[in-house]
Amino acid sequence: MKRSFLARIGFYVLVAVIIFQAIFPFYYAILTSLESGQALFEVNYLPAALDFSNYRAMLTEGVFDRQILNSVFVASVVVLFSLALAVTAAYALSRINFRLRGLLLLTILSVSMFPQIAVLSGLFEVIRAFGLFNSLWSLVFSYMIFTLPFTVWVLTTFMRNLPVEIEEAAIMDGASALTIVRRVFLPLMWPAMVTTGLLAFIHAWNEFLFALTFLSTDRQRTVPVAIALISGRSEFEIPWGNIMAASVIVTLPLVALVLVFQRKIVSGLTAGAVKG
Amino acid sequence: MQKTTRRSRLSRQRLTAAWLFLSPMLIVLFVVAAWPLWRTVWFSFTDASLDLMSEARWVGFRNYLEYVDFGDGDGQYYGLLTDARWWRSVWNTVWFAVVSVSFETVFGLIIALVLNQQFFGRSLVRAAVLIPWAIPTIVSAKMWAWMMHDQFGILNDMFLRLGLISERIAWTASPDTAMVAVLIVDIWKTTPFMALLILAGLQMVPGDIYEAAHLDGIPATRIFRKITLPLIMPAVLVAVVFRALDALRIFDIVYVLTPNTDATRTMSVFARENLFDYDKFAYGSAASTLLFLTIALITVTFIMVTRMDLEGKRA
Repeated sequence: MKRSFLARIGFYVLVAVIIFQAIFPFYYAILTSLESGQALFEVNYLPAALDFSNYRAMLTEGVFDRQILNSVFVASVVVLFSLALAVTAAYALSRINFRLRGLLLLTILSVSMFPQIAVLSGLFEVIRAFGLFNSLWSLVFSYMIFTLPFTVWVLTTFMRNLPVEIEEAAIMDGASALTIVRRVFLPLMWPAMVTTGLLAFIHAWNEFLFALTFLSTDRQRTVPVAIALISGRSEFEIPWGNIMAASVIVTLPLVALVLVFQRKIVSGLTAGAVKG
Repeated sequence: MQKTTRRSRLSRQRLTAAWLFLSPMLIVLFVVAAWPLWRTVWFSFTDASLDLMSEARWVGFRNYLEYVDFGDGDGQYYGLLTDARWWRSVWNTVWFAVVSVSFETVFGLIIALVLNQQFFGRSLVRAAVLIPWAIPTIVSAKMWAWMMHDQFGILNDMFLRLGLISERIAWTASPDTAMVAVLIVDIWKTTPFMALLILAGLQMVPGDIYEAAHLDGIPATRIFRKITLPLIMPAVLVAVVFRALDALRIFDIVYVLTPNTDATRTMSVFARENLFDYDKFAYGSAASTLLFLTIALITVTFIMVTRMDLEGKRA
């Protein structure tokens, strides 16, 4: 379609506005993180300094490095557990016909729509009963409530679309269900598993409510809670430079991952949400 | 004959395998979801407190609604259903959900339509659009809190320079603008999600429809209203429901950006405050239960109205 000159100008202005609003806040966070002292309290639109003292302070003083490790540990273990549990479950839900299958899928979908707050008091009791309070395992455990339904759902959708023939040959050869999953499906599943794993990782990395409730000491906290709780001696002494440095540290890897896996993430998100 | 017995043995084996494969996942889901939910509902009918959970006693509907007779023909209702702060948080939540999802739908639609065009640098724009989505919610809240700082914030500086405001606004601190601040952060952060879902719908619209319409000389706005919009409506609706369910349980942004103000306290924030800050564990559980019922009702209605295809037969 041909557009008039004016319409094309308008279109590119719109594109510019979209790009600006999307990246400016993060750009400004980086800018702030590189300023310290008095420079922090002057509004700059372009980099005025290249001062890494905020980063040095965050990474060497206090326990922020430890908190990053906490987040890496929790998110990785959550992804491993959910994928392991979801692969076999997805095989059963997509490949084997049995009564209750529809009901099970419905239940899994409903769990993914649970408000986290609805299970908070009950989960608090369970975690105390297991002796997991203030342990990172409390998060590994409780994060299953959102990563598991999600991974099962997406992997089921994915497996359903694989051709039947691959499996039939294996059944003819007398392969057991476990062998079929391991030898036939797993090799085909890698792309889907990377995508769902990545999305589950991001979700676990960002979670706030459970981490705020089930952990009570600085050393155990994950980064979102740590950043939320950074405070100064008074309302007027909030260390914005440090907060922005910490924010950039925990966000840069995510932004990099998202940009690298862009296409996969988009297809994973739409599979999780649109395809019912 | 022999063939049928073999087949039925095979299908029996497969059935056993199915349940063996499902059970670990089901057990985990039971322990992290079903059981805690049941306990939350149970706690809401007790006098449980944070430290004395095991000694919780059944008190009926007292946390929800209770009439206390003062004895002289006078009396008063108590409980969640008469709590003005609770109703304020219900109102905040609904208002937040309606406004944020409306804006996200409109902005998401605009961005999706832009990304659906062929133009120079499209993949770069698509990558840029994803950035707000990739930033953790807490980080977004902090970044915007700094940008909205009443004295040193760049937002006030920009608006002053552009002449949009005449004096600095205390975005997060003033009750008049606190909700606006929360809305800005949420809309900024979640519009990409909406845009992606709508874009997925747009890309399924066959291109030859447009060619035909174009050849017939139908104006673009009319094509949009009569062809594009109806075709992408299912995708938009699913996105709207997903976002709405998310918006109704909002916690993080409010907790970090505007703590402790009646102007923005949502149902989730109200519930957590009572559970863990005010030592009213049972009362907080009652609030959680009501929020769950609200969301469950919407979910069930949604699944029934769209007659969601769970078995994938229509795919």
